[in-house]
Amino acid sequence: MTAPVFLLLAVLVVAAALTVVAHPSPVYSACALVVTLFLLSVFFVALDAQLVAVLQVIVYAGAIVVLFLFVIMLLNLTQPESRPTAGVPVVAVAVGGGIGIAALVAAALRRVPPAGAPALPEGFGDTAALARRLFTAYVLPFELTSVLLLVAIVGAVGLASRKG
Amino acid sequence: MPPGAPLTWYLGLSAVVFAIGTVGVLVRRNIIVIFMAIELMLNAVNLTFVAFARSLGSMDGQVIVFFVMTVAAAEAAVGLAIILALFRNRETTNADELVTLRW
Repeated sequence: MTAPVFLLLAVLVVAAALTVVAHPSPVYSACALVVTLFLLSVFFVALDAQLVAVLQVIVYAGAIVVLFLFVIMLLNLTQPESRPTAGVPVVAVAVGGGIGIAALVAAALRRVPPAGAPALPEGFGDTAALARRLFTAYVLPFELTSVLLLVAIVGAVGLASRKG
Repeated sequence: MPPGAPLTWYLGLSAVVFAIGTVGVLVRRNIIVIFMAIELMLNAVNLTFVAFARSLGSMDGQVIVFFVMTVAAAEAAVGLAIILALFRNRETTNADELVTLRW
């Protein structure tokens, strides 16, 4: 990814992320979240993480944000809130803290040694390479993930279907 | 790193998105939007993982991103079910009105 393309996409990501946080209507926030996740998947492709980029679009932009929109529609939250944010002091402290974090990271990044691009192994980032790691070194966490998903499904159904 | 965009640029973008997500969690009062801001923070960290994986030539960072996505999906399902249950009991999604646990 060339520098101008990176900068253009970075500006779009930041603008979409700010829309998520700042827009008074949750529906618009969810739509801006989809835009942010799509643009981030472009970065993943540029970083040779093709499978992660596809999963990002399918799982995040597809499943999770649709779940968000579904709940927003179900609760009929399409009207903007009358008072969407906390009080002015909290907002000032939070925005100041956010800028502080960004400045701190920017200062730290100046000390990162320039990493030379290593010679990547054949098939870096494709499905076969990721699956090989997943089913050898990370097989135990991978299996535990299935238990986590099962517990999450049971918990979500139990919570959402309870009466009163 | 691919030519043109060094590792530090990706880390900087990730830090900015993470900071925006943090501010969103602290500032917004709608718990659904707070939840979206958390997803934003998770994605910023994912970008860091993928950038370092590319920079170090190791697949492990991408595997961690895979796990982060799985946990985020589980978290979204349970969290939105909690929001549904809360709304059913309290008729609100405003964090200012959900203060039963405040001491």
